[in-house]
Amino acid sequence: MSPAPILELEQVTYTYAGGTAPSLRDVSLRVEEGEMVVLAGRSAGGKSTLLRAASGLVPHFHGGTFGGVARVGGMDTREHGPAELSRIAGSLFQDPESQVVLTTVRAELAFPLENRGHGPAAVARGVEEAALALGIAHLLDRATNELSGGELQRVALGAALAGRPRLVLLDEPTSQLDPVAGDELIWLLRRLNEEWGTTIVLAEHRLERCLPAADRVIVMADGAIACDAPPRDFLAWAGGAAPELQTPAARMFRAAGIAPPPAGVKEARAALRARGIDLEAGEPAATPGVEGRLMAAERPSVVPRRPEEVVPRRPEVVPRRPEEAPRRAGRRERRDAALVFDGVWHERRGGAVVLRGVDLAIAPGERVALMGRNGAGKSTMLRHAAGLMSPTRGRVRASGRVALLLQDPNDYLLHERVGDEASPGALRAVGLDHVLDRHPRDLSGGQRQRLALAIVLDSEEPAAVIGLDEPTRGMDRAAKAALTERLAGFAAGGAAIVVATHDPEFAAEVADRVVLLADGRPIADGPAAAVLAGGWYFATETARVTGGRALLPDDGAALLLDHRPAELAAP
Amino acid sequence: MRYRRRASPLHAARAVAGGAWCAALAAAALAAEHPIVLLGLALIVLAGAGGAGVAREVGRVALWMVPWALAIAVINMVVVRQGFTILARLGEIPPFGQVDLTLEALVYGSLFGLRLLTVAAAFAVFTVAVDPDDLLRVLRRASVRSALAATLATRLVPVLAADAQRIEEARRCRADQGGEGAAARLAVLRAVAGGAMDRALDVAATLEVRGYGSAKRGVRSGRPWSRHDQAFLASAVAIVALTLAARLVPLASFDPYPEITGAGVGEALALTAAFALCALLPFAGRRGIAP
Repeated sequence: MSPAPILELEQVTYTYAGGTAPSLRDVSLRVEEGEMVVLAGRSAGGKSTLLRAASGLVPHFHGGTFGGVARVGGMDTREHGPAELSRIAGSLFQDPESQVVLTTVRAELAFPLENRGHGPAAVARGVEEAALALGIAHLLDRATNELSGGELQRVALGAALAGRPRLVLLDEPTSQLDPVAGDELIWLLRRLNEEWGTTIVLAEHRLERCLPAADRVIVMADGAIACDAPPRDFLAWAGGAAPELQTPAARMFRAAGIAPPPAGVKEARAALRARGIDLEAGEPAATPGVEGRLMAAERPSVVPRRPEEVVPRRPEVVPRRPEEAPRRAGRRERRDAALVFDGVWHERRGGAVVLRGVDLAIAPGERVALMGRNGAGKSTMLRHAAGLMSPTRGRVRASGRVALLLQDPNDYLLHERVGDEASPGALRAVGLDHVLDRHPRDLSGGQRQRLALAIVLDSEEPAAVIGLDEPTRGMDRAAKAALTERLAGFAAGGAAIVVATHDPEFAAEVADRVVLLADGRPIADGPAAAVLAGGWYFATETARVTGGRALLPDDGAALLLDHRPAELAAP
Repeated sequence: MRYRRRASPLHAARAVAGGAWCAALAAAALAAEHPIVLLGLALIVLAGAGGAGVAREVGRVALWMVPWALAIAVINMVVVRQGFTILARLGEIPPFGQVDLTLEALVYGSLFGLRLLTVAAAFAVFTVAVDPDDLLRVLRRASVRSALAATLATRLVPVLAADAQRIEEARRCRADQGGEGAAARLAVLRAVAGGAMDRALDVAATLEVRGYGSAKRGVRSGRPWSRHDQAFLASAVAIVALTLAARLVPLASFDPYPEITGAGVGEALALTAAFALCALLPFAGRRGIAP
């Protein structure tokens, strides 16, 4: 007889209090001790509800109608509440701000242990071990309100792990983290899983980050399980049934007609070597005059194509040359620009320097992605552009109105009715003219973001610059593609687009130009194809697989087809 | 204005001792009658704030309280008709009737304002220098549920303040600025209040999964009493003892009505000096104060 699973759901159906449709439909699954499971699927597919059912918050905290049986470590969640289940299952949600309840890191880590009535010695040891395991020992006496988003998320994870739970449930824990902090968190989970046998169940949209570490992927769609398979089988399934869930490397392989799809960069490189595809060999010379930029008109569609649809062509090649250092724009360039930062400094009173003499000119119709670690100065630059902040030195100039969409679209919702938030014309422009009488907070996440966009653009004076701060946070790939298309439309209309993002894949899709910030100043500024191909962290998965020779899956596929050994290329 | 661990004897003391010290000073201010003693206590609180490295924060609170103290003095002088020493006769002023401004009413009002300022400053020191997590741990030994409510409330305040700041920024980004003046501020306030329930639910859900729902009554920390714990607790006890003694003996008494009468300056200064010695002596110990 196999040992009891750590998490078991039998025909669980659940409807939130006041909900009209079930959020979980007849869900049955077993998660064995020591597994690392990734929950995938589009937004509102039921991933978060499944995690909340496993933590006991559903139904004890949220109410509603619950059918079926859920057991965590053998405990029936109908009989045992979240507090009891927390001895077995630690939980980490999306927003670190509302997950940290005490003032210092030490108190935060001690909190769950004290709740269980552990003595002072056991609490002190638990705190010390959790802090060491997560590499946050140096933060123990820091105030939680002074921590960055990444640090806060690690502290919240530390609090979830302090009691050494056998199961850890995580709901998009990397959505607010930069690529460095996000990768670190995933590696940390992998280490917990491999070294201490902790079972991990992780809901995540950026699958390319976590599939290499996963044993199994469960896809949720409309509250039901659509697929439950190991990563490679999941990717094969996604290629046909849910293309938007494929990782970039898998899309590239599928487009190039290579099977099976790889679960990660290492596997992809090994597969290419095994097939004799050597991207170093016969590397095409950089085309003179080509800056490595994939202009919008030349860029292939983001919709994956079937292998037979891919016409072998000479791919747009990223020149193998060092990146250019950021340079100050010329006088004419600055005069014609939609947005100019002229030696902008932002120094906090009694605090840190956030921007250090930033010089930047953005042309009308240009699409720029600002990237960099948390705290690098991306959001501050956008706030300066919109006039929410004033430089302590230097000058910011825009050729017209700057419309800024801040991180959380909910912050823009001030009224009780969608129709009161913006004019009918603005709502029509973002496709929301059919929901005028609905409450804004009843809209889906994507709709709320479109509504916020309508609110900031709702003016007779068209926006010269549209700024977006982390617009893809918690967004699935389909919603990202729709946003990319919408922004391309605004850019075609002459608006400069400036997007602060942590998501290299989105930056590659949306931007012509990428500005990489570090320590309050640009350290790289160039065509997306050059900047996003050359790094370890700020690089797309396709770039990592192809050694920086292509940025997007379809270009990568064309590159692979171009480098096929002759015997495979022959018809 | 938030607690942040600093290198000071008051921060190094456990919450019970630090909290008792602040409460004792507030109680002394409430009980004090003589203007010299009250003024002395206000200065002692500010000196204590300086010793704890929080003079700027506490000073801001004290400055903010000054207009209120003045307003209380003026209002008391206008509405109270007691006192023999008339400073001015303003005649019939509706709705107050015959208004005679007296020195006694002015002194009484000023003392009341000064008392309020001193108590506010003492609580400001408490807010920025006493570890709230440690205090909650102590509270949990008395009542788990009350501590839960306190935890939620203390955590929600900064979270909602951050929400309000973000929503205000978003309002300024709206093409229509979300209205003008008071209407715009009201819209922001309504949005923050509307989101408060969601925020409270998020924080409460976190508390649930951290096991607060089945929290056991807190156990004693077993942490040995440091020199600072002992010093501030002893100081608090001494301040309370002095306060009681001053009331019972009585020492440095003062009565503004109907005519100003009170103990001599020497007696008031002596009592003030005793308060200063008791309250500020713990700040002399500088060993082991680093976070």
